[in-house]
Amino acid sequence: MTEGTSRIDVACTVNGTARRLRVPAMARLLDVLREDLGLTGTKEGCGEGECGACSVFIDGELVNSCLVPVLQVERAEIKTIEGVSAGDAELHVVQQAFIECGGAQCGICTPGMVLAAISLLEHTPQPTDADIRHGLAGNLCRCTGYMKIFDAVVRACARAGVKA
Amino acid sequence: MRAYLPDYDLRAPRTLGDALELLAREAGVWRAFAGGTDLMVLLEFGALKHRNFLSIRHLPELGGIEFTPEHVALGALTTYTQIQRDETMRREFPLLCAAARETGGIAIQNRGTLGGNIVNASPAADSPPALLVYDAELEFVSASGARRLAYRDFHIGYKQMDMRADELLRRILLPRTTGDLKTYYRKVGTRKAQAISKVCFAAGARLAGDGRIEEARIGLGSVAPTVLRCTRTEEALRDRAPDEATIEAACAILREEIAPIDDMRSTAQYRARVAANLLADFLVKLKP
Repeated sequence: MTEGTSRIDVACTVNGTARRLRVPAMARLLDVLREDLGLTGTKEGCGEGECGACSVFIDGELVNSCLVPVLQVERAEIKTIEGVSAGDAELHVVQQAFIECGGAQCGICTPGMVLAAISLLEHTPQPTDADIRHGLAGNLCRCTGYMKIFDAVVRACARAGVKA
Repeated sequence: MRAYLPDYDLRAPRTLGDALELLAREAGVWRAFAGGTDLMVLLEFGALKHRNFLSIRHLPELGGIEFTPEHVALGALTTYTQIQRDETMRREFPLLCAAARETGGIAIQNRGTLGGNIVNASPAADSPPALLVYDAELEFVSASGARRLAYRDFHIGYKQMDMRADELLRRILLPRTTGDLKTYYRKVGTRKAQAISKVCFAAGARLAGDGRIEEARIGLGSVAPTVLRCTRTEEALRDRAPDEATIEAACAILREEIAPIDDMRSTAQYRARVAANLLADFLVKLKP
C-alpha cells in the first residue's frame, strides 16, 4: 500500500518513540501504522470513517486513522492501542474492564472501542448512559450487541485513575 | 477500487501566503485539503478526481475563534469539537452546536472542519441549515485580496459555489444578534448517530409579547439541490400566531418551496412529509 516513488519524510512520535518515516504523502496513517511500523493492533473496518475500528489518538484527540493522510501527522504525537497500557504486565483500566465484562468477541472493533472509551472517560469522567452511547456512537460492533461494552465502560469509570 | 497513491500529490505550504500564491499561479490545479473526513473517503474509493492537494490544516490564519461585539468569527479550520466546547458558541449559537454534535462520531468531530463542511457543498451537510438561520457570512482570501459573501448566496446549484479556484475560505462570521431566538434543530437519518441526513431542519423564531411570530428563520438540508433558507415559508409566518391554521398554511408553502428527490437514503415523498412535520413540531413548541 505504501510503495511508490514520490515519498516525503515525516517525523512524529508513536507510543512515545520518535519515528522518521519515508512515505507517500497521501498514505493513510492506518496503513503506515500497520504496514510500515508493524502496529497491527489498529484495525481496518470500513475504510471510510464509519466504523471506528482504526481509531487512534493524535495529539490526544480520537481520530479515524483511515481518514488521516500521513503528511498531516508531521510533529504529531500518536498513540495506538499498543501504547495505552503501562507495560505488558499491566493493562489499562478500560482494557481490564473489557475483559472482565466480556466486552470483546471477535476483537476487530475492540482496539477502537477501548480508545473511544478512554477518550470518553478523559472528557467525561462520570458519563451517563446517554454520554456513553454518544461517546461510542462512531464505533461499530457486530458481535456483542454493545451491552457488555457499555458495562465495561461503566465498570472502568467506577474505578479510580482513568488516564489515557 | 482504492486509489494508487503515487498518483496524488499532497503538499503542506509553509505559510498562507505560499498557499495563496500557488493557488493563484496554478489556478484550478490545487485543491485545499483540511480535515480529510470527506476527501479521504473519496480517495479510498478511487473517486477523488483532483490529483493535487494543499494541506491547510496547519495554517494558523485559517483557524481559531475570534470574538468582537458584532460577530463571532470561526476560522474555517474550526472543528465540530471546538464548536461544541466553546462556551459562547453554546450560549449564543445552539443550533450550530447541535449540528456539530450530530455530525459523524467523536473521531469525525475531532477532525472535520466547518469550512470543509461548507466548501464540500453537500446538500445533505449538517451545519449549513444552522448557518443559514444565523445569517452567516463567509470571508474568502486570495492572493488578490479578501472578500465577503452572505452564506445564503454561496451555493448556486448542486455542488456549485460562488468561489474561485484561487480562493480559500478563511472565516465564517456569525452576527451576534440571535441570542434571543427560540431555536429548534432536528436531524432525521436512518439511525440516530453517524448517519447522513434524510432531512436536516434548523429554525429560530422571535416572538412578540402577544405570542405572534415576529420573525421566523428556517434552514433545511437534504430537500433540494442545495441547502435552503425557506424565505417564503418564513414570510407566511410573519405576524401570525402559531395556531393550527397558521401551521397548516405554512406546511403547505414549505412543501412547495422544497424540491426533494428519491435517492439511496430516502424518497422525495418521505422527505416532504418529514420536513412539514418538523416545521409543525417547531411551531407547536412556540406556543406558550
